[in-house]
Amino acid sequence: MKVAVVTFPGSNCDYDLYKAVQQVGGNPTFVWHRERGLTEYDAVMLPGGFSYGDYLRGGAIARMSPVMEDVVTYANAGGPVLGICNGFQILCEAGLLPGALMKNRSLRFRSHPVHLRVERNDTMFTSAYEKGDLLSIPIAHGEGNFEADKETLQRIEGEGHVVFRYVDPSGEATDAANPNGSWHNIAGLVNERGNVLGMMPHPERATEELLGSTDGLGLFDSLVHALSATA
Amino acid sequence: MSQIHLEIRIKPRPGLLNPEGKAIHHALQSLGWDGVDDARVGKVVYLDLDAPSESDAIEAAHAMCRKFLANPVTEDFEVSVVGKTADA
Repeated sequence: MKVAVVTFPGSNCDYDLYKAVQQVGGNPTFVWHRERGLTEYDAVMLPGGFSYGDYLRGGAIARMSPVMEDVVTYANAGGPVLGICNGFQILCEAGLLPGALMKNRSLRFRSHPVHLRVERNDTMFTSAYEKGDLLSIPIAHGEGNFEADKETLQRIEGEGHVVFRYVDPSGEATDAANPNGSWHNIAGLVNERGNVLGMMPHPERATEELLGSTDGLGLFDSLVHALSATA
Repeated sequence: MSQIHLEIRIKPRPGLLNPEGKAIHHALQSLGWDGVDDARVGKVVYLDLDAPSESDAIEAAHAMCRKFLANPVTEDFEVSVVGKTADA
């Protein structure tokens, strides 16, 4: 699995992502935001961080980078694209995913493990999980409050685009378990076609026992499995 | 061509949670400003733009807002001309 880890000025989870891809036997390459051409890759990943210092809006300036034109083309051709944290914000800004990520309702930067419930295991990113699985994966963001207009929100739920939800330890999507105010506790969602996933939690930070959890590995394993099945 | 000075106000859409505004609202109340019913925080971008006319400058600013400066999901925008420098 050849993976492009796209880096922007201010990306800071790029090495974690690189390592996570290596851990499942993948072959990652850093692709700088000014570089062009992604066709040789089996998957494209946008890491977390604070691209361009979050100026204007998180992800707004990164979205205008030369490489993003290729990311959009790649995604529209059906290529798997994963955006984590700031990567999720960039995907929303680029229009590859609906909605926007606003400031956490608490106004606090939240950095701690959360419980996630797997809502779908029929995507290329989640086949290694069972539907309803509870995962412990860290978040680290100040702007993760997922918001969209009413019609879009209804469509996201109606068509089942939600992949991960913030839940309490018993698996309930309660308000207290919602770290940022996201609508319906949405932590991650896919586009209509299912080839673009954006999520605020960091699966790449939950890939070794030393880090406190290995629950994030399933996401990378799922991609390896999906890509070897189509190869 | 002259240089048109624009003020672009990017405003959080009413009804959406604006936590910064809420924090400021609470702070104002605790300072004794009881009459403050609400506060919302947006952004202002000051732009100096070479354009043949004011209306051309405004049109360009609107295009910039739609494509980049404002997020259509969460923000509205307003553009005003605040000055003009004629070319020497």
